[in-house]
Amino acid sequence: MAIEVRVPTILRSYTGGAKIVEGAGDTLIELIDDLDAKHNGLKSRLITAEGGLHRFVNIYVNDEDVRFLGALDAKLKDGDSITILPAVAGGALGFAAAAALMGK
Amino acid sequence: MLTIDRAIIDAIVAHARRDHPDEACGVVAGAIGSDVPRRHIPMDNAARSMTFYEFDSMEHLRVWREMDDLDEEPVVIYHSHTATEAYPSRTDISFAGEPNAHYLLVSTREPDSEEIRSFRIVDGVVTEEEVNIVDATVKA
Repeated sequence: MAIEVRVPTILRSYTGGAKIVEGAGDTLIELIDDLDAKHNGLKSRLITAEGGLHRFVNIYVNDEDVRFLGALDAKLKDGDSITILPAVAGGALGFAAAAALMGK
Repeated sequence: MLTIDRAIIDAIVAHARRDHPDEACGVVAGAIGSDVPRRHIPMDNAARSMTFYEFDSMEHLRVWREMDDLDEEPVVIYHSHTATEAYPSRTDISFAGEPNAHYLLVSTREPDSEEIRSFRIVDGVVTEEEVNIVDATVKA
């Protein structure tokens, strides 16, 4: 089962520069584990030590933000297209307060 | 150095003034590898905050796909600080995820003048660069 994954510039150091890679899995976490086996270290950039989705990254299944699809448990199927984008955020507010505000 | 058209700077400042005292944010797209910002895309600040900005995740996806289709990349990512100087905060540095982009900051804390500064932010290291504003080669 092949799922296409679009990799942002900042994470292409893990994919040998590739913009699109393929992976497999029935859920997002299975896909991420599969990708990490081929592109060692990628998982740590997407998932926190506590096992949640990293607040610095947005992941989409086709046209939907995975946060609305069950996050890491989001169901995947053959032919799905995954897009990873680094969140664009910031501002004058202190970092800890900003992170709490985002609630991710 | 960031070289950018005056019409685009004017449009960014107008956006920042319009959203003041909330922070405004957006992108200027340009052809991949050109380092020339040509297409101004004001984005919604999903946080609608005076001290924080965040792209709406669905608008983010739509705009990034559109750039992809047009062989563009985000040459400039801008936002405003509305009560502090135009210098990246710790939050800005932590979240900076586009190593090829110029991070442009506009401060609107003074009612009659704007401070406009540009930075590269790579792996947590901030490097200020000159902003070279040139006249009219593109439409904002």
